[in-house]
Formats: sequence, C-alpha cells, structure tokens
Amino acid sequence: MERNLTFIALFAALIAVLGLLPKLTLGFGVPITAQSLGVMLAGTVLGAKRGFLAALLFVGLAIVGLPILAGGRNGLEAIQSPSVGFFLGFPIAAFVTGLIVERAKDMNIMIVSVIGSIIGGVVALYILGVMGLAWKLEKSFTESLLLVTAFIPGDAVKALLAGVVTQAIYKARPNAVMSRS
Amino acid sequence: MLSLTLPMQSWAHSIPAWVKLALLVVISFAMFPIRDIAILAVIVGGVTCLYLTLGRMACAQGLKMLKPLAWMMAILLIYHVITGQIGEGIRITLKMFALVGIANFVTMTTRLDDMIAVVMILLAPLKLLGINTRSIALAFAMVIRFTPVLFQKSADIANSWRARSPKRVGWRVVLPLCFVAIDDAEHISEALRARGGVTSDH
Repeated sequence: MERNLTFIALFAALIAVLGLLPKLTLGFGVPITAQSLGVMLAGTVLGAKRGFLAALLFVGLAIVGLPILAGGRNGLEAIQSPSVGFFLGFPIAAFVTGLIVERAKDMNIMIVSVIGSIIGGVVALYILGVMGLAWKLEKSFTESLLLVTAFIPGDAVKALLAGVVTQAIYKARPNAVMSRS
Repeated sequence: MLSLTLPMQSWAHSIPAWVKLALLVVISFAMFPIRDIAILAVIVGGVTCLYLTLGRMACAQGLKMLKPLAWMMAILLIYHVITGQIGEGIRITLKMFALVGIANFVTMTTRLDDMIAVVMILLAPLKLLGINTRSIALAFAMVIRFTPVLFQKSADIANSWRARSPKRVGWRVVLPLCFVAIDDAEHISEALRARGGVTSDH
C-alpha cells in the first residue's frame, strides 16, 4: 500500500521534473520536452493501473495550480487551451503503455517498452490530443493532425529512449519495475 | 518555485475558491457558442480589465503566462492567413485568449491550499466506493514536497555531467534521475510504514 503510493507520487513528480528540464532541440529544429517521456516511463515501469494513477495525480496537481506542465504552464490553462487533449490524455497514454508491457511478459523488456510507448505514449496520446485540437480550434481531425505532425518524430525518439531507460532500470532495480512483477 | 498564486491580497483573492472555479466552468460553457468577433473582443477587453484591477505585477505575470499560447496561436493565425480564413483565425484566437486568460486569473488569485480543499470536497464521494481519500491527500502533499527535491537533484546531476564532459547535457541524465525517484520512493515507503503506515479514514 505505502509502496504503491510513494511510487505513484514519485513518478508524478518525475513527470513534472522532466517537463521542467530545459528543452532539447532535435536535429530538425523542433524543440521537445521530456514530459511525455515521463508519462511513458510511468506506464512501462509502474504498469497500467499505477502508471495511470501517477499521470492522473500529475494532472490533478497541475489543475490545482502548480506550474508543472512543460514551459511552466498550469492545468486550468491547459484545459482551456488547444492542447487540452494531450494534457488530459496523459493518464490514458500511461495506462495503454503499461497494459502492453504487462501483457507481453515474456518479450524483451526494451522492445516491449518501445512498442508500448509508441502505441500508448504516441498513437493513443496523439489521437486524444488531436481530438482536443479539432474541438478547440474548430478544425477537422486531419487539419489538426497537420498542426502537430512536426512533433511526432520527437515523440517517436522519446519512445525509443523510454525503452532504453526502462531496460536499464530493470537491470539495476528489478523490483521497481512493477509492470514485470 | 512551485506556485503561481500572486503573493498579495486583492478583491479576487478573497472570493472563495469554489466560486471562482464554478464561474470558470460556467463561463467556459457560456462562451462556447459565441461566434461574433465583436462580442469576443469585448470579452477579451473585459478579461484585460480584470488583470488591470490587480495592478502591474499581476499584468506582468499574466502576460508571461500567455506566452506559450501566443506562440501556438501565431502559428495558427499564419495557417488561417494561408488558407484565406482570416476572420475565422481571429475569432478562434480571441476565444482562446479569453478562456486561457480567465483560467490563469483563477490560478493567480487562488491559494494552493484552497484549491486542494475544493478538490478534496469533490473527491469526498469516493469514500462511498471504499477509496481512501486520505491517501490521495497524502499523495498530493508528497508530489508538492518532492517535485522541488527531484528538480534540485536533476540540477545536481546536470552539473556533474558538465564537470566531466564538454558536450551539452543530454538525455542521459534521465536515467540517474529515474534512480533517484525510485530510491526515494522506496525510502519514503519504508519511512511511512515505520510510522504506522497510511491509515484509513477516521
């Protein structure tokens, strides 16, 4: 009980800190933040349920006013802004990612983490995010997708990183990878 | 570091948090069907006046908080100009600035404790489902406490990287940061258990 709670809380904090780190600029000029990497890791390391709760806790704290979203934004602002779908989609993204890692227990942890992060942290998150954009900006789904296409390669790179990092955690702290225990 | 609430007293600070949040919800829904640019411009003007009543510091912080949205809307406006729907672009931009401006106003004039108190009241019905809301409160407190700690440690990790490498700090700092988070989580859970654990509601 206590262990679940502290892992959920510390991963919520990890998602926050990864978003506050200085932006990395990829080769093709699009700045990326590591925030969604934190969401992916919550899923790959904690599994579906706890990953979902960690991301939900993060969302809750952003809503009460902590400037923990990438760029120092807060949750009420994010809900009103066009990026609402990405913000509220974090818990679902972590859940889907975690579910895939949990279900494929005999697959190599790195490969399954990359696959899980792509399906949960990129595909599922972008579907929800683009739905939010389409709703707020009163555009079609395709038009909205076009607006964020430039960010997809960056998020794909993050999914690869999530795989590498999860494997390293699995080697050094096997007990912490709750999706595998 | 971890607060956007303006450190001052104003008329807006003294309105109860739940009233402001309820108004925010009502205004958001009420604004949804408005399509008239003139009305939207008046609303944006009204929101600007709200900030003006709080003084210079509030306006400066309010503008700063609008920066990320401004970038996004600038790109969107260019898109509308290219596709020849300038009016449409202006309408959506005004609406977004009004909505986000009001949301930030609520965040800036409401103390974190008051916001959390509202959240806890909203979560109270979960008790009927057998969910321990005290553990949710504890989780909130832990994140508020440990985000700055973890942030400080990430800065330490980045510094030790810089001390050893001429290259820019890259994604490699993520792994040690994860270990810090995991080890802290283990230690805190032991500390909690040693102090009687997370007890249920009483």
